[in-house]
Amino acid sequence: MEESRRSFLKIAGIAAFGLSAIPAIDIFASESSKKAPAPAPDFSLTENSKALSAKRWGMVIDTRKFKSEKDLEHIMSVCHSIHNVPNMTNKRHEIKWIWSEEYPHAFVGDENEYLSEKLAHTPIIVLCNHCQNPPCVRACPTQATFKRQSDGIVMMDMHRCIGCRFCIAACPYGARSFNFRDPRPFISKTNLEYPTRMKGVVEKCTFCVERLAIGKIPACVEASNGAIIFGDLENPDSEIRKLLKNNFTIRRKQHLGTGPSVYYIV
Amino acid sequence: MPNNNNKIYDKNKIVIGIVIFLIISLFPIWYNHFKNVPAPDPLLTEKAKIAKECVLPKVLMKTEHMQLLNSWRDSVVRDGKRLYTNSQGKVFDMSLSNGCLDCHSNKKDFCDRCHNYASVRPYCFDCHIDNPKEKK
Ligand code: HEC
Ligand code: HEC
Ligand code: HEC
Repeated sequence: MEESRRSFLKIAGIAAFGLSAIPAIDIFASESSKKAPAPAPDFSLTENSKALSAKRWGMVIDTRKFKSEKDLEHIMSVCHSIHNVPNMTNKRHEIKWIWSEEYPHAFVGDENEYLSEKLAHTPIIVLCNHCQNPPCVRACPTQATFKRQSDGIVMMDMHRCIGCRFCIAACPYGARSFNFRDPRPFISKTNLEYPTRMKGVVEKCTFCVERLAIGKIPACVEASNGAIIFGDLENPDSEIRKLLKNNFTIRRKQHLGTGPSVYYIV
Repeated sequence: MPNNNNKIYDKNKIVIGIVIFLIISLFPIWYNHFKNVPAPDPLLTEKAKIAKECVLPKVLMKTEHMQLLNSWRDSVVRDGKRLYTNSQGKVFDMSLSNGCLDCHSNKKDFCDRCHNYASVRPYCFDCHIDNPKEKK
């Protein structure tokens, strides 16, 4: 018995040593049986030739042109219906891409003690400011929200969003909403061309990238009857730059240094 | 000296027990073996039949369509490029609901049939519309 155990251990030891050679064998084997390299991809990815482009998209909202709350509601409902934004019955689950605030709420920190009667009650239409220095992008751990280098739009990649809501905490404008529930039952009429969202992701205005890509201006601009002007902030000849040159404008919470791209004429 | 006889007591009962145990524990294997489910045959719509060809050759589509979709969504959402030109020079709108499901508008008899067979549940349709042609 004693001896057979001894020889067993010897054989086991040699076998174990032999196993340690496997990686080396693999290297040689893979060297010789290497697959032919895959053929180079034979395709191209391009933009639509009609796509609108800019160095940095921006907006001027002429609040003087809004006569009543009705005008704002029309714009909001156009945006929300084409993007399948649900109409949540519970206020705490509300999803909004574009909505209205009273002046003192929209411009916190810039309101004077004695505001003109008119201004104090003017509803201001607000949306994502597509900041130059967006705090939400810095907060996002997965780069689900990011700034498009080509045109400055702050994008949402729903596929990467893990629903941590850091961006909601980071955004000083409340421009982001979280889907606490499955939104589908709350969408009255679905636009079949645009995806909905699902429970657990954050969403917001995207300056209508899907429309810019096919040569259309954002839906709110189109629906505003000239009260909202959209254009390239970096192009000195654009209509939007002319407006900025000739009018006094303000931006929301400018003192925070986020560099909003949405300007207001009040 | 302990009693060293090698007799198994209740041999019959133990053998029967082992056989029953094996039958039950290997149930999934022999059940599927004799069931012999044929691979499903995805149905093509009229529109797809007229188009004749998919984005990539059929073999590649079968095995690589998930990677293709993945690169499409990154290209659209992150790079802003929405058109795909394949090796034949045919241009496709890189869209799940408005592209793939424009030709394969019979998702139930096409994508789902295969996915059910392979037990894959893409979560894409929690957001993407799965019946772009039908009106609810
Ligand atoms: C949380 C919701 C959500 C889920 C889940 C989701 N998507 Fe998307 N997807 C979107 C949104 C929103 C867009 C942007 C649409 C646009 O800009 O036109 C988009 C765009 C896309 C696009 C490009 C544009 C288009 O119209 O299709 C592709 C391709 C795509 N997704 C594929 C997928 C695939 C594949 C899956 C599953 C693995 C998936 N998506 C899951 C929300 C989602
Ligand atoms: C222009 C119409 C068209 C579009 C767009 C299209 N397909 Fe197809 N697809 C076809 C046709 C036609 C076939 C059958 C090809 C054949 O038999 O050689 C096919 C075959 C397939 C197959 C293989 C089916 C089988 O029998 O095994 C898959 C998988 C598939 N398509 C997925 C997709 C996906 C995913 C997309 C979007 C990325 C897509 N298709 C877009 C027309 C289309
Ligand atoms: C020929 C059979 C077949 C057809 C037809 C088919 N699929 Fe698939 N699909 C598969 C298989 C198998 C997988 C799983 C592959 C894996 O997990 O590696 C898969 C995976 C996927 C995935 C990735 C899922 C995940 O969770 O990662 C997506 C997205 C997808 N399919 C979309 C589609 C769409 C859209 C269609 C219809 C236009 C379609 N497929 C048609 C066989 C098919």
